[in-house]
Amino acid sequence: MNKVFSVSDINNYIKQLVSNDGILSGLSIRGEISNFKHHYTGHMYFTIKDENSVLKCVMFKSQASLLKFAPQNGEKVIVSGYISVFERDGQYQLYASDMQPDGLGALHLAFEQLKNKLQKEGLFDSDIKKKIPVLPTCIGVITSSTGAVIRDIINVTYRRHSNMKILLYPVAVQGTGAAAQIATAIKKLNELNQVDVIIVARGGGSLEELWAFNEEVVARSIFASNIPVISAVGHETDFTICDFVSDMRAPTPSAAAELAVPDVEVLLYKLQNYNVRMKSSLVKKLTMCRTQLQKANSRHVFRNPYDKVNQYRLKLDNELKHLFKNNEMLFKDRKSQFGMLVGKLDVLSPLKILERGYSVVKKPEGSVVSKLEQVHLGDNLEICLTNGTVDCNVVSVTPYEGISAPKASTNALGLATS
Amino acid sequence: MTKSVKKSDNADNDISLKEAALKNDKSFEEAMLDLEQIVSKLEKGDVSLEEAITNFGQGIELSRYCASKLDDAEKKISILLQNEEGNLIEKDFDI
Repeated sequence: MNKVFSVSDINNYIKQLVSNDGILSGLSIRGEISNFKHHYTGHMYFTIKDENSVLKCVMFKSQASLLKFAPQNGEKVIVSGYISVFERDGQYQLYASDMQPDGLGALHLAFEQLKNKLQKEGLFDSDIKKKIPVLPTCIGVITSSTGAVIRDIINVTYRRHSNMKILLYPVAVQGTGAAAQIATAIKKLNELNQVDVIIVARGGGSLEELWAFNEEVVARSIFASNIPVISAVGHETDFTICDFVSDMRAPTPSAAAELAVPDVEVLLYKLQNYNVRMKSSLVKKLTMCRTQLQKANSRHVFRNPYDKVNQYRLKLDNELKHLFKNNEMLFKDRKSQFGMLVGKLDVLSPLKILERGYSVVKKPEGSVVSKLEQVHLGDNLEICLTNGTVDCNVVSVTPYEGISAPKASTNALGLATS
Repeated sequence: MTKSVKKSDNADNDISLKEAALKNDKSFEEAMLDLEQIVSKLEKGDVSLEEAITNFGQGIELSRYCASKLDDAEKKISILLQNEEGNLIEKDFDI
């Protein structure tokens, strides 16, 4: 007869079996997450499944908190842990100690590793980034020759500058060989040296689809490029290695075209504005100078330049007048003085005295006789009259009565004075 | 070097040959920067009248040069393809 077991016995037996099994005590399982629930306690409850079956899983808070990503339904993962039986419910499940994204995980890792490596080498340094030229003569575009990307770039370009030159270097933008093609394209465009700026572009996609732009060979090619490179890969939120090493990153291909190509209208307007400003500045300057000139011209000095001269002339005239007047006065003064002196002289003139009847008696040798003692009887004397001389001879002499000694004062001319 | 055949500007004869040579080497960006400086200088106003007139002349020349650079290009879209020998050749591209 078969032994009859209790439920607990059987559950316990199964638990023992499972616990003692080598494989089940530590394994990794690949599957897709479903029924994911992150409990408020911090524990995670979910099932992983493949095409045919499902397996219940639990990850307790202590391990769940260490996860580097947030698991979601539909995500393909690899879960590591052990299988155990929950006796009470008769259920077995996977007690998870670790979880990794499947497949993508490897890519993410590779991305991080390459990013760190290149950053350490200095490929992302901002001070080596080249400036994008303001007005390129030709832009190079590395992308697929079909699709929206090249179309968008062309449209935006010609909206901004109707005469721009575009050189397209077509490449595969995903799949094997894409990275090598992109790297070669950059190198060849540098060799041809026909473009002033390069746009590397690709539309949106998953990490795997964008993967070519995360490859080292592309990064090094961009770094080695002498021509500035604008990177526009994926959507706005996608960041590839390409974006980090390029001289500029654009969120979309259209934005890349906007960065590469200037808006000619804007530039022409700027030029026009400069012209207007220069003209008005010059006009202002001329007006200012003209006003200054007018002001100077209207000043007294310019209106009556001879005014000062005339003033001096007047002054000179006045001074001359004074001079002449003073001169005249002086002359009159001297004249009258002279007249006075002449009058005096006249009065004192011996000729006048002679005219009064006096005469000068001289000896032949010329000395003037004024006293009787100077003459002897028989002497020749000369008598000077007003109009000639008379030669005389002394016949007799008779002194005046009462005057014994000739003490009468006589003046220098030998004539008696009263 | 591309030459603009659109407007024959008689005023260009006024620049000395040396100045013209210098301008041909100048990039659009450099010319714009120089022009910007001249505009600021003129607006500041503390230069002599002669200097202002000279600067104005230079500024107008730079402005014409920049405008001609904007006019200079010819629209062209081409694609690089490899021929049978493996060499790159340029062909017209139609989107």
